[in-house]
Amino acid sequence: MNVPLYEKIWMWAAGGIIAAFIAIVLVTGVGGALQPPSHVETIDPTQVFKDPRFAHPAVTVDANGATVVAFGMMYGFTPAEIRVPAGKRVTFRMTSTDVTHGFLIVGTNANTMLVPGYVSQFTTVFQRPGEYLIVCNEYCGLGHHLMSAKLIVEEAKP
Amino acid sequence: MSDRTGRLALANLWVAILAFGVASAMALMQALSRAALDLPWRSAKMYYLSVTAHGTLMALVFTTFFIMAFGYVVAERTLGRAVPHRALAWAGYWIALAGTLATVAAILSGKATVLYTFYPPLKAHPAFYIGATLLVVGSWIWGFVIIRSYLAWKREHAGQPAPLALHGMLATVIVWLIATVGVAAEMLFLLIPWSLGLTKTVDPELARMLFWYFGHPLVYFWLLPAYVVWYAVLPKVAGGKLFSDPLARLVFILFIVLSTPVGFHHQFMDPGIPASWKLFHAVLTFGILFPSFVTAFTVTASLEVAGRAKGATGLVDWLKKLPWGDPLVASVLLSMLLFAVGGVGGAINAAYGMNAVVHNTAWIQGHFHLTVGSATALTFMGTAYWLLPRLTGRELELGLLAKVQPYLWFIGMVLFSISNHITGLMGMPRRIYDASYGGSAVAHAWRGLTDVSAVGGLFLFTSAAFFMLVMLGTGLAGKKSAPQPIEWAEPLEPVSPRAGLLDRYGLWTVVAVVLVLIAYAVPLWQHLQMQRFGSPGFTPF
Ligand code: HEM
Ligand SMILES: [Cu+2]
Ligand SMILES: [Cu+2]
Repeated sequence: MNVPLYEKIWMWAAGGIIAAFIAIVLVTGVGGALQPPSHVETIDPTQVFKDPRFAHPAVTVDANGATVVAFGMMYGFTPAEIRVPAGKRVTFRMTSTDVTHGFLIVGTNANTMLVPGYVSQFTTVFQRPGEYLIVCNEYCGLGHHLMSAKLIVEEAKP
Repeated sequence: MSDRTGRLALANLWVAILAFGVASAMALMQALSRAALDLPWRSAKMYYLSVTAHGTLMALVFTTFFIMAFGYVVAERTLGRAVPHRALAWAGYWIALAGTLATVAAILSGKATVLYTFYPPLKAHPAFYIGATLLVVGSWIWGFVIIRSYLAWKREHAGQPAPLALHGMLATVIVWLIATVGVAAEMLFLLIPWSLGLTKTVDPELARMLFWYFGHPLVYFWLLPAYVVWYAVLPKVAGGKLFSDPLARLVFILFIVLSTPVGFHHQFMDPGIPASWKLFHAVLTFGILFPSFVTAFTVTASLEVAGRAKGATGLVDWLKKLPWGDPLVASVLLSMLLFAVGGVGGAINAAYGMNAVVHNTAWIQGHFHLTVGSATALTFMGTAYWLLPRLTGRELELGLLAKVQPYLWFIGMVLFSISNHITGLMGMPRRIYDASYGGSAVAHAWRGLTDVSAVGGLFLFTSAAFFMLVMLGTGLAGKKSAPQPIEWAEPLEPVSPRAGLLDRYGLWTVVAVVLVLIAYAVPLWQHLQMQRFGSPGFTPF
């Protein structure tokens, strides 16, 4: 194929940019610094309340950090107010009892889908104490825009 | 145009135009909703119903019918012979139309407010799923007819490469046939039996995987016909030549190969899919940027050829020499500008880690209105100005509106899209009727920008209305005149008379299928091995 010089330069540059993109994604992704929530665990969505994993939605804090067990349900999250310590690792374990919901903590990159039948799990750290808005970011019915909750990040006690 | 094929193309074109008109009217209401004005008909029920209708009519109906119309034109006009199997082609048209009407009826009656992505366990009336499936079946018949046109021609022209416009259209058909396997499986095995009550539950994650197997190549089904216009029509109308025919061929082949094995990039935030497979799809996703980079160069260079042919000599003055007052040229050039921004946004969406910041926020609606809502839709509008007079033998009516319309769209889209990108970064979710969140301070910060978005919507709606007036005016009252010919851009250097590696559609289809199998067979198989629990249906609308 006879490719004119300028276009050749352009194509090499485009290839270079793309290679750089891929390298960045691989380095941050494989290193684990930037992983999307990709936990694989299933649950019977009609039995969430009885399932020992979700029967007591709450936050448990220990020396290493906190674990948040929560679920989404038309049109709210349980618990509706989540308190976690700042600067510590916080692991969220969540699911849905009805349709697909989303879970986004506004102003952070904590974002996951809550798909019925599956357990979503990810770990993050909140550096900034304060109050955050949690919203459902997947259409889940006529009350979708009302579905929200509160996250309170507390100054870690010394 | 042989009269027979012309009628077929026109019938498809009118469905596309009318679907666009209805969807644009609904869009106005949606765009105003988040500005929180106290409008009389404003209700959550209407909002979500309308978004379902708008998404379905724009993304699935307008695009598919337009592409079918354009495909028939390309097949006949590049090969110089009427398309074969015309009775079958008409049957395909009626099947697709009947399906569309069933789906739209289900939506408008309020029994299918599941949005155009119809994620279960939201459960719509069966007519919604069956209708959408029929639309796909109709499009399969269209694909079959296009392929048969090419094969009939090839038998008499052994060893010759297909004309470039047809090459692009064949790539479109191949991408579409591979893609629709996913949605057909989702409909036939999961959603239709479930909505009819034959099965009790459905696995929502499996449905999502099948949907996005289809959903990503769907965007190339929208984009490739627009690229056909950029490569094969625009340079001609602008008075230039196609800069490089072989590179254009390469671009379309790369899309055949890379369009499908990338769908997990829509599911980065999903549970139930291992990170390694998401990463694999993410890497291939970046690969698919390459053909669009090449397109940017080739099309721009072709335009420079046009400008220089009109006497430009400086570095950039050829831009000024382009016929910016021609509705096709203006539409396409502006759509390309908007697409450049959309492409950068797309690279951000694809970036595995960064996706978490924008996933399912207003950023996404800002993004895809630049891509399908502009690169594709605005190009199609421009193409309609060029095509309708040539198909009907009527002169374009209300030409002044047609000249202004692309610019209005551009202004409206800049306002709409930029404001939605920013509110998205600030955490505003997409698909919400109201953005106040009970007076939350964070949500309050989005307010000014939701107003900007509404103003953008007003511009867009006005632009869409102008387009509809020109189309209806031309179709109903345009002055009869001898139709101008439909002509395709010539390449700067003569095309090789021998078909080469890039003209071997069978071979590239096999390569594509192998890649799809690698990217999907294993994760799907692993998924089916897990202990899974189905969901019953919900109709919260
Ligand atoms: C008349 C100009 C248009 C305006 C004012 C407009 C406005 C809107 C608005 C406000 C939404 C709702 C977003 C949300 O709540 O998340 C939306 C959704 C959508 N629009 Fe448009 N739009 C226009 C044209 C188009 C075009 C030309 C296309 C594609 C060909 C398109 C495709 C879509 C799709 C696919 C959705 C998604 C619905 C969903 O999230 O389920 N729109 N549009
Ligand atoms: Cu929701
Ligand atoms: Cu995609």
